[in-house]
Amino acid sequence: MKKTVTAFTLGLSLLASTAMAGDVRMMWYSDGVEGEVMKDLLARFHAQNPDINVILDEVAYKVVQEQLQIQLEAGSGPDIARVTNIKTLAPHWLNLTPYLSDPDYWRTNFGAYADWMREDGSDAITGFMTQLTLTGGFANKTLFEQAGVAMPGAGATWDDWVNASAEVAKSQGTAAAFAIDRSGHRISGPNASYGANYIAADGMPAPMDAGSKAFAEKLVGWVADGKMLKDTWVAASGSTYRAAADDFINAAIPFYYSGSWQIANLSSKIGTGFDWVAIGSPCGTVACSGLAGGAALVAVKYTKNPEDVAKVMEFLGSEEIVKEFSERTLFLPAHAGVVTKGGLKWDTKDPNVGAALDKFVSAATEVAPAAAALPSWKWASAYYGALVNRISQVMAGELTLDDAYTKIDSDIAEQVAAAK
Amino acid sequence: MKPLASILGAVIAAPLGWIAGLAEAPLRLWQRLTGKGGMIAFFLLPNMAIFGVFVLFPLIINIVYSTTSGSALFLSDRDFVGLGQYERLLRCDDYTNTLTCQEDQFWTAVKNTAVFVVVQVGLLISIATATALILNREIMGRSFWRAMFFFPVLLSPVVVGLIWRWILDRNGALNAALVGVGLDPVNWLLERGWAFAATIGITIWAHLGFYALILLAGLQAIPRDLYEAAEMDGTPPGRVFWRITLPLLMPNLLVVIVLSLIRAVQVFDEAYVLTGGGPGTATLYLTQYIYEVGFASLLKNPGLASAASILMGGVLIVLTLVQLGLSNRNEKKGKQK
Amino acid sequence: MTRAWAFLSRRRAGSNWDWTDIVTFVWLGAGLFIVFGPALWLVLSSLKSPAQLSEFPPTLMPYEARSVIVAGYENPLPLYKVTDDAGTRTLAEVRRVGTVAQMVDPADPGTIQKINIANRTPERDIGFSWSNYTDPFLKFDFLNYTKNSVFVTTMATLITLLTNSMAAFALSKYEFRGRGFVIVLIVATLMIPLSVILVPLYSIISGVGLINSLWGVILPTVATPTGVFLLRQYMLTIPYELLEAARMDHASEWQIYWRIVLPLTAPALAVLAIFSVVWRWNDFLWPLIVLSRQEVYTLQVGLNAYAGELNVQWHYLLAMTVMTMVPVVLVFIFLQRFITAGIAGSGLK
Repeated sequence: MKKTVTAFTLGLSLLASTAMAGDVRMMWYSDGVEGEVMKDLLARFHAQNPDINVILDEVAYKVVQEQLQIQLEAGSGPDIARVTNIKTLAPHWLNLTPYLSDPDYWRTNFGAYADWMREDGSDAITGFMTQLTLTGGFANKTLFEQAGVAMPGAGATWDDWVNASAEVAKSQGTAAAFAIDRSGHRISGPNASYGANYIAADGMPAPMDAGSKAFAEKLVGWVADGKMLKDTWVAASGSTYRAAADDFINAAIPFYYSGSWQIANLSSKIGTGFDWVAIGSPCGTVACSGLAGGAALVAVKYTKNPEDVAKVMEFLGSEEIVKEFSERTLFLPAHAGVVTKGGLKWDTKDPNVGAALDKFVSAATEVAPAAAALPSWKWASAYYGALVNRISQVMAGELTLDDAYTKIDSDIAEQVAAAK
Repeated sequence: MKPLASILGAVIAAPLGWIAGLAEAPLRLWQRLTGKGGMIAFFLLPNMAIFGVFVLFPLIINIVYSTTSGSALFLSDRDFVGLGQYERLLRCDDYTNTLTCQEDQFWTAVKNTAVFVVVQVGLLISIATATALILNREIMGRSFWRAMFFFPVLLSPVVVGLIWRWILDRNGALNAALVGVGLDPVNWLLERGWAFAATIGITIWAHLGFYALILLAGLQAIPRDLYEAAEMDGTPPGRVFWRITLPLLMPNLLVVIVLSLIRAVQVFDEAYVLTGGGPGTATLYLTQYIYEVGFASLLKNPGLASAASILMGGVLIVLTLVQLGLSNRNEKKGKQK
Repeated sequence: MTRAWAFLSRRRAGSNWDWTDIVTFVWLGAGLFIVFGPALWLVLSSLKSPAQLSEFPPTLMPYEARSVIVAGYENPLPLYKVTDDAGTRTLAEVRRVGTVAQMVDPADPGTIQKINIANRTPERDIGFSWSNYTDPFLKFDFLNYTKNSVFVTTMATLITLLTNSMAAFALSKYEFRGRGFVIVLIVATLMIPLSVILVPLYSIISGVGLINSLWGVILPTVATPTGVFLLRQYMLTIPYELLEAARMDHASEWQIYWRIVLPLTAPALAVLAIFSVVWRWNDFLWPLIVLSRQEVYTLQVGLNAYAGELNVQWHYLLAMTVMTMVPVVLVFIFLQRFITAGIAGSGLK
């Protein structure tokens, strides 16, 4: 009898401890050093607020992409999460407005991106962007110099860049001229440069238009004549993400189209191996657009202690913390105050880094309207997934371009129908 | 070695024996009260309860899932569509061309899986038989060799996939070796044929030891005097293999064939880590298709995935029942002899 | 060396060299290379620095750059071997601008020489990046992950052995109505892969509140049909007379199970135990789905945290992969004779 009682109380106390007030769980993935920076910042927060215990659950990006949604649907999950799929999951985010001491601070400084992380038509404050990203290209300056090829200047088109890189590749014997990450997000900026618009008048996905087709045709052509590195796109099926950063780091390609988040990675892995520059996005027929994006830190609706969550968010969203976080992670800040004041002291000795970050900041002004609308558009992921899936099948010789266009349209239509 | 193991065994067994002793009195009472039926229930219940809740029940829910649509995870939020998902999977405008199918990648996956199963099982069984025959010879350090082939069986599928991706990558060890001896590097994971062969190769690498040991056990059970008699008669070795070894190895071979067949139909982890289904969809297998449709993609469709998994489960159950039928026939044949 | 050759060239006693001997040696030699080569390659790669990992062609051994402290420069400078018109010499690099490197002779730090970077190769020594191994222990809670993995593996194996053997006992040694049905049910589900029931299983686990609990990982795996099937096949070979004799002596059914049947099933139990340990230790997909809180991570899940969205931290990933292999290799070394003998002697005959 006594044993049962002990066991019972033990069980109770265990239950109690899991739902202890003052615990805030944060789900976090890392591409580089940002996990450690965050850990450091949270330790500082805990020192100031000893009654709030923030537990950082570091997970793989895959977990955020695949499992978080299921947890959220089950009404569970963390209290705060770092998410990229912020629009699709928007119904699960907490409106922080009633818990914030100064909601206007959030509206002024993070307001520009608030629509990315709330449902259409809502005015909730659900979180803030930990970093802003912009897709863009990198060129291996040393390879260009050694080949004696001049780097295309401002206003150069995709063809200019690919052909110049092909010349470099030929002279320097690299594996290919260039590569783009295997991702629908990455090719959507270029698509917009050729006049693509994914969004129909009613806000639903439009069929593949001439702009998207133009760039898709170019991509397939570049793979066929060996200018675009085959590995990245062809060596996977479905909408699997693959990056070509290692090939650029290895000097296997003189030109690489990815985005601003690669800067820290390139800097630490290339070191003094060669000089590299960020070049923004090459031009199409109507624009020279990249695509903005980024990861947001959002609060989850199912939290037990929203007040504590708001305190954590206020700390992390404060101007000096955002500034410090950006400086140490080499991420572009999304905080209007930090951006206008400028003067960020990037935590690096690499001279390539500062120039690259500046280039991305200036390239941000060239984003085409059709591309600018995508991050806050609900069906963007469906579009991206279908593009990658089918275009890489064409590259692998399994489909013709025309088949692919039909399949992309029907894939997206099915996704839309299935999600209703 | 031996004493250490027996000491370890005793240390583990002693407390367990003590607990079993404690259970003795209440269980004797239970047996007296409920008779044999109660005891059968007692022995079966723990396993069947867990089995029911965590294996059988999900399977039944899965069938329900396959008749619903939507991206919601919980059944109450999903719409009933009857056989709609099956229709979507199976409908093609022209059955000779998978491109015209509504879910063309499902058919690609079916086709890939079918070819994989035939080739992989065929090769695996031949290589495992050859390995078992060699291990059955009187070679020096036999237990070492036996264990060596078994080593990959112990590795996790993810590790197996990672190791080989690290080797077969364009910048991997194999290409470095080719360049080193003056040959051109090959893009192993980018050429359709090579990538397909690679998934077959690494699954054989990972499972060979297990099957070779089962076959070896069968070989060792064949009486020596049969071979000696054959040698006396001057029978050529090839004939000995076909007339003595193979027929007597049949029961084990059957186990190996069925087990490897079923595992081949389920191929996933190693291949997924190695090729991710590429190039294009050349190594997209059925389980990966189900995983991606129902779980991994950003817009999930659990209903479609469930329907596909039930079609696949149907095939697996048929395979298993065929095994049961065959081994029963074998047993009966054995008894008749 | 001669002894090694004697070992390798030993043949079947008494008979002459023939083609089968050659096939045997070639087969075993190739096997040795193909089985252990990749594992060795993994271990060596795990000791390389991130920059070296993305190098092609890869080197077999891990290297690190040799550097030297030169008067007048704060940090140690990397050394290069330079070959050009002026001959071959070793210089330290100060900085590099485009294709031209500014280098100094360590003996003459005052004069800067401009060298085309095509004419220099880095000087390197074999060096191991042990930080690939030590960093994760400092930055991540790998001891805790190990503890969780050990807990899951032990509990799952113990429960598997107990419940499976009890069920196998009932299914092999008693006649009762519905037995055939239960057996068919078990065999039919024998081969259902986890990925097929992933979604419904998740909703059940979340329904009973076992998300982020180690028991949520353990329970779905313990009622393995494979175990019941294996043990039942083996128990069928135990003669019925043995049980009858015990019943004559007034042994209870529990005692028959515990004292007679279980000891006789030991080889099959050993096989199941070893497989259960290996399977549970290596389990990846299911724990990854159930566990999303750091304090309940198992090793395989913790390992996965090194895969970011955009950049996989290969150097940590490889090192920790090697770490998770260690227990499996130990099982392999110490228990290999039991594994091989166990499979050979178990119901798989």
